[in-house]
Amino acid sequence: MSQSNPTVATPVEPALVKQETPWRQFVRTFLEDRVAVTGLMMLLLIIITAILAPWITPQNPYDLGTVDLMDSRIPPGEQTMEGYTAWLGTDGVGRDLYSAILYGLRISLMVGVVSGLIAASFGMCVGLIAAYAGGKVEALIMRIVDLQLSLPTILVALILVAALGKGVDKIIFALVVVQWAYYARTVRGTALVERNKEYVEAAQSLGLSKTRVIFRHILPNCLAPVIVVLTVQTAHAISLEATLSFLGVGLPQTEPSLGVLIANGFQYMMSGRYWISVFPGLALLFTIVSINLVGDRIRDVLNPRLEK
Amino acid sequence: MVSDVLEIRDLATHFMTRAGVVKAVDGVSLTVGRGEVLGLVGESGSGKSVTGYSIMGLVDPPGRVVGGSIKLEGEELVGMDNDSLRHVRGKKIAMIFQDPMMTLNPVLRIDTQMTEAILAHENVSKKAALARAQQALERVGIPAAAERLKSYPHQFSGGMRQRVAIATALLNQPAVIIADEPTTALDVTIQSQILAEIQQLCREMGTALIWITHDLTVVAGLAQRIAVMYAGRVVETGLVDEVLDDPLHPYTRGLLGSLPSAAIAGQPLDQIPGSTPSLGRLPPGCAFSPRCRDATEICRQEAPVNRYFSNGRQARCHHPLSTIALVATTSDT
Repeated sequence: MSQSNPTVATPVEPALVKQETPWRQFVRTFLEDRVAVTGLMMLLLIIITAILAPWITPQNPYDLGTVDLMDSRIPPGEQTMEGYTAWLGTDGVGRDLYSAILYGLRISLMVGVVSGLIAASFGMCVGLIAAYAGGKVEALIMRIVDLQLSLPTILVALILVAALGKGVDKIIFALVVVQWAYYARTVRGTALVERNKEYVEAAQSLGLSKTRVIFRHILPNCLAPVIVVLTVQTAHAISLEATLSFLGVGLPQTEPSLGVLIANGFQYMMSGRYWISVFPGLALLFTIVSINLVGDRIRDVLNPRLEK
Repeated sequence: MVSDVLEIRDLATHFMTRAGVVKAVDGVSLTVGRGEVLGLVGESGSGKSVTGYSIMGLVDPPGRVVGGSIKLEGEELVGMDNDSLRHVRGKKIAMIFQDPMMTLNPVLRIDTQMTEAILAHENVSKKAALARAQQALERVGIPAAAERLKSYPHQFSGGMRQRVAIATALLNQPAVIIADEPTTALDVTIQSQILAEIQQLCREMGTALIWITHDLTVVAGLAQRIAVMYAGRVVETGLVDEVLDDPLHPYTRGLLGSLPSAAIAGQPLDQIPGSTPSLGRLPPGCAFSPRCRDATEICRQEAPVNRYFSNGRQARCHHPLSTIALVATTSDT
């Protein structure tokens, strides 16, 4: 074969361009910022302690059998009747706050992440369809998105939860409803740019089906901004859930999330028993700040305008 | 004459813009024989790329193929439903694009992108598809093809990416490949390598090639026949050597005159005065008449019809430059 085609010149260019994979480059750039690394460590610590909660806490706040009313309102650092030291004090019904905060973090993180992922998946599909279909379909979808975004988030969530009732699943549903539009708008914007790129035309010219072009070729190229929105919106969802719970329409007393804990302590604030509200509040604050620090850094790293 | 694998008659692709109808392609007729290389030449905006996209059925709104016929191996493509057309694309006609840095999806590995081109049309195992992709890469001269299949596009240089694109186009052994300026973005040494390779491959596989370019020198070395487009119409076709040596249409002459090689060093290039007319506002009569040195009253009033000359040459001009024998005149405006 090679004897018969002398016209084919041997390639002189380097066959393999040695280059960092995009993922490695992303990690390296991310780690350059000390504040973001601190945020990431804080977030990891919070996630790990939340996951390990049953093994590192003296009490299960869901198990009413272990909660002793005699232990209520114990200040931080004192011994309880049950025999353990309540480092962060106890609340009005005798729940150890350290345990309750870790269990509350589990719920808060879970609600934030699950609602974020569901909203992201749904919003991405809607946004992609809008961008790819164009015309009337796009106009209709984007007007619904505009409508959704023009309503105050907290109000919509409040009405939904009030109508649906309490419970983790209902909270997640409400959060998905108020969040999907952000993803739809973000993805549509990116997909509109991506769909006009030549690789989409090349994929179409290979005879690939529409769904394959949309989901296999365009979608992965739209993920960078979605990841940014996902981190910001997860933090937003966590604070929204806390707000709803604080207002008493979110999670029930038997499943204390951070918002429920803060609400419980609220009535004791003026009587000097600050710890019942303040410690869950600090936990919420650190969680949201760390997620936002990480999210901001991801946004900076993924921003093509700041590259190189 | 070899049998025609692609036959285009009076193709019209218009863009319905707010400013009015833009006739990007307006009555283009072309034929391409089996294994033949046709050079489609013209300035930017002459409709050559839109012709290519029309053949692929990939004209995006507000553009639409509004008339004419495209027959691929006797099968009509204009008006074919999207699903059937999808099975023609990539299987019987493939396309190679201009910028190799943009035509490969940056987030998918080469093997994914190549095998899906096979799996979209044939019911073969992933393994068989992978083996074929590897063969195709070897054929276009990519060393260590098995390893390179697992690479991402960013790990390839521009020339290598265009080789991958060519290999992908050849995967299903299409009858026609449409190449839309595939070497324009490459540097000259790589360009000549790729040209030689693609010529060789098409000859071996009997694939017809439509090479869309603005570069007459590329066409001179590559194509057997040439079609020169101006303002959405083919103004001259014929065998490449005859057209370039002895152009019939003043526009072809103008293109040839603006090549640096034809000029004496130190002298300004003999360029065509003016610029390509806006397709939405074409002058009446011959579209080229405002820029034509030989234009007369009739040129400004009446659009020239296609005239047939000996040796299968055609030209749309009231005053053809050469004295070769006129065979027939049609009235297919």
